[in-house]
Amino acid sequence: MGYVAGEYDVIVVGAGHAGVEAALAAARMGCETLLLTINLDMIAFMPCNPSVGGPAKGHVVREIDALGGEMGRNIDKTFIQMRMLNTGKGPAVHALRAQADKFLYQHAMKETIEREEKLTLRQGMAEELIVEDGVCRGVITKTGAEYRSKTVVITTGTYLRGKVIMGELMYESGPNNQQPSVKLSESLRENGLKLVRFKTGTPPRVHKDTIDFSKTEIQPGDDKPNYFSYETEYSERAGEQLPCWLTYTSEETHKIINDNLHRAPMFSGAIEGTGPRYCPSIEDKIVRFADKPKHQIFLEPEGANTKEYYVQGLSTSMPEDVQLQILRSIPGLEQVEMMRTGYAIEYDAVVPTQLWPSLETKVISGLFTAGQINGTSGYEEAAGQGIMAGINAARKAQDKEPVIIDRSQGYIGVMIDDLVTKGTNEPYRLLTSRAEYRLLLRHDNADLRLTPLGKEIGLISDARFALFEEKKQKVEAELARLKEVRIRPDEATQALLASIDSAPLQNTVDGITLLRRPEVTYAHIEHFSPSPVALSEDMKEQVEIQVKYTGYIEKQLAQVEKLAKMEKKRIPDDIDYSAVHGLATEAKQKLHQIRPLNIGQASRISGVTPADLSILLVHLEHYNRVTAARSS
Amino acid sequence: MNEDTIAAVATALGEGSVAVVRVSGAEAIGKVAPLFKSREDLRDVPTHTVHYGWIRDPATGDVLDEVLVTVMKGPRSFTAEDVVEISTHGGVVAVQSVLELLLRSGIRMAEPGEFTKRAFLNGRIDLAQAEAVIDLIRSKSSKAFQVARKQAEGALSKRLVPLKEQLIELLAHVEVNIDYPEHDVAEVTAGVIRDHCGAVLRQVETLLKTAAEGKILREGIVTAIVGRPNAGKSSLLNALVKENRAIVTDIPGTTRDIVEESVTLSGIPLRLLDTAGIRETEDVVERIGVERSRGALGDADLILLVLSRSDSLHEEERRLLEELKDRPTIVILNKSDLAPRLEEGEVRSRYPAERIVSLSAKEGLGMEDLERAVSKLFMSGGIESGDATYVSNVRHISLLHAAARSLQDAIDGAEQGLPVDLIQIDIAAAWESLGEIVGDTASESLLDQIFSKFCLGK
Repeated sequence: MGYVAGEYDVIVVGAGHAGVEAALAAARMGCETLLLTINLDMIAFMPCNPSVGGPAKGHVVREIDALGGEMGRNIDKTFIQMRMLNTGKGPAVHALRAQADKFLYQHAMKETIEREEKLTLRQGMAEELIVEDGVCRGVITKTGAEYRSKTVVITTGTYLRGKVIMGELMYESGPNNQQPSVKLSESLRENGLKLVRFKTGTPPRVHKDTIDFSKTEIQPGDDKPNYFSYETEYSERAGEQLPCWLTYTSEETHKIINDNLHRAPMFSGAIEGTGPRYCPSIEDKIVRFADKPKHQIFLEPEGANTKEYYVQGLSTSMPEDVQLQILRSIPGLEQVEMMRTGYAIEYDAVVPTQLWPSLETKVISGLFTAGQINGTSGYEEAAGQGIMAGINAARKAQDKEPVIIDRSQGYIGVMIDDLVTKGTNEPYRLLTSRAEYRLLLRHDNADLRLTPLGKEIGLISDARFALFEEKKQKVEAELARLKEVRIRPDEATQALLASIDSAPLQNTVDGITLLRRPEVTYAHIEHFSPSPVALSEDMKEQVEIQVKYTGYIEKQLAQVEKLAKMEKKRIPDDIDYSAVHGLATEAKQKLHQIRPLNIGQASRISGVTPADLSILLVHLEHYNRVTAARSS
Repeated sequence: MNEDTIAAVATALGEGSVAVVRVSGAEAIGKVAPLFKSREDLRDVPTHTVHYGWIRDPATGDVLDEVLVTVMKGPRSFTAEDVVEISTHGGVVAVQSVLELLLRSGIRMAEPGEFTKRAFLNGRIDLAQAEAVIDLIRSKSSKAFQVARKQAEGALSKRLVPLKEQLIELLAHVEVNIDYPEHDVAEVTAGVIRDHCGAVLRQVETLLKTAAEGKILREGIVTAIVGRPNAGKSSLLNALVKENRAIVTDIPGTTRDIVEESVTLSGIPLRLLDTAGIRETEDVVERIGVERSRGALGDADLILLVLSRSDSLHEEERRLLEELKDRPTIVILNKSDLAPRLEEGEVRSRYPAERIVSLSAKEGLGMEDLERAVSKLFMSGGIESGDATYVSNVRHISLLHAAARSLQDAIDGAEQGLPVDLIQIDIAAAWESLGEIVGDTASESLLDQIFSKFCLGK
């Protein structure tokens, strides 16, 4: 019943947040690309919370946008609330978070995909990899269609051997009652990939008209919303923002849960997959933090044209009847009608240390994986890997070297390096604390960090790059001007300084010196000495940040330089660690398993000591000298 | 070649002659020059020249030592980098304080075998010697590892662990504020940061003060004196310290406590532990003493096994001779003034001649033979960890200084109203410095802390 259905450069299996970025990137880089999905109505679906962004995650969305990806533009078109978080803290941790209209989000993304020239969108379930001599050549679908390609990207999310669990009830399913993907899992295993079982969960959804909002606190969006994409100047969504609402669990809630713990699969042993610590179910929270009297519950609209509300904080796999009791014990939800039941879902993931930093699998050449299948959790984490897997699958199809973002360039680099170098024993979520150069990986400078790379790859248009160059140039010019400009201790200056509780000037100072004072902002400087050319808000922000935090920024840049030296020391692919004299046994095993590309990556493998690195360096020098002697 | 600049003591630990601190790297000359008080500026001198002057702490103006400084510019040096060698007076204090000053000036302590490694990587050492270089790194690091492990169980570590815990709790709280801004977790205020960091800083400063008073500096080679009751251990100790510290009687088992004393033997500082007799005993008080002796034996860098030459070998002594064969042990045949009854052949079949010394502790005869044996064992590298312990203490002091600086920066930052994510950088740096002393700074432990202390999630 099999038939040859088509030939492509790149095939992407799965059209979730990872898959759509991968497919769009590959197509925009000039590859004939096929995007296969089990259900065309589920493109870029948000099976859990209707929101995008937040600390670290929002940074990733900005990075995707800086590289020329879609997530930022798409959420800017479809948000129902926009909020800048952490505004009371430093610029590095300011984080944008949007509430999405999840239905609009899907439709907008589908439209973008359908319009993309070199991208073919096709409904179908990939069941088998075509692997010839260790090289992936395509996939075969359930209907027997054989699609051939140069490279394949697998982004199966939680569909891979998915199993939904609610109390005593358990059935094979993808998220939101979609068909699970069962056979592909076997095919991956047969081709030598090691899989693990992870678990995640989602809370129930409730009907808006049955919520008593008077018992909750309103959580509005920002009056003047910021946007994720550097391209978005205005969104018509800005005027129509919807609030979220805050309530708390009650004593009664905790009692219901405690009384029904024997029915909770988390504790009865029905769940074998490892769940994330940072996204515990409500039953888990109540057991582990028994002395906490109440937990926050946010009620979030799932869209502008739906009555469905997402109950954030109430992720659960309790039986359906208990879920309803729990909901109704919460102030404001006494009369609530449940529209969808919460559930836990178990799925297969690939042990990510089996991947190169390009996200290509080590055992099957030409096969890439991205998103939840690599052990992460979250739409943004998935999308960040998706764009990189798409870029590298396209580059491989075009016989080009892979592109790797390092830890000092972006959260995407931190995440991928963590995954492929250290692995993960629970679903991995990005946190700003995972980045050692947090101050450099700011939300505001994602374009400065990555847009030149996006241009080089071919995902940033000339027009956009010209705008970027202009911004960069204007910021640099203004910094140079501030260094030269003299601000005198005249009456007007002293008065303004006094009004912001800043010490009066003793002497004439330059603009940089004055702007370094914690209480002085760029707006004040503008007052003393306006820029001769008009600067946009984000240019001003850039100037202010680069001046104010220069000491700390320089400290981190010095560390980055050290790292760069280690990353430059490449390790040859064919190194035989068992033959490296003097390496500790544990180091030999770990190095053999991870096969780091360079000394920098090797240094981050747990169990590899500084002495092992020294020995490796001596060995490499030995190797290089022998190779050089042979060739001369 | 663009490596950072490193320093370490290049000579074996000892008193009397000279000690050499070697500095290597692109900034070697530039970093040493401001510390060197002389008619010449090191930055202007020709390569391969020796200069007379003083090492002076520019912060306090204190002169640390009168020295000779040799400048060797790369590539004609051992490492092929710029190298400065500072010859100080021998002894622990001078060389240690010079090294400490270098580390405070932004020079990094060399890793085990690092000079040789650089020499090799820079092409100064023949390819054929690659394996030898690797063996050197491996053996030096395993020694350093042993020392580090010993210290991890030690007194300093016990004081640092709670400080580290206080800092990581603070860090976890800050991180939760940053990564979970909408959670109902109280914000860490500037006041909280100031108080927490201030409390830790005060304790770090107390530790540094102890170090400055020389308590840490004085740590020498841990030497255990062992033997059966009445073999003459306390007499030997007394002969070594030349004053009556331990009680000496003819009743077996009167030394019930471990007596500690420091002496310098041929320039080598020894920390002497006189231990209770190793013997099965029913006496409870004495049994405690014996157990402690066994413990002291385990920690010792050097063991002096005292046998009475006037008695024949006991079972326990045979066992000890066997047990201690592969340790840095010197066998002392005491009471050489009395008629010999001991089966010397059994001792000599197990130990080489240079590790057996005949003496009379009571009469003070043959003590110079013991000095010679200890110094020979030490110089041949037979005694290992004394050297490393002393070097790592300099490292500890510089790390404590670094931690104190970071904590002060954090406090200043909090007072200036800097954002919490910037102050976090300094708190994390302090935590890492303390962690380097104790030997662990896994970042995973921060995440563990965050998720075990705070209830987070959607």
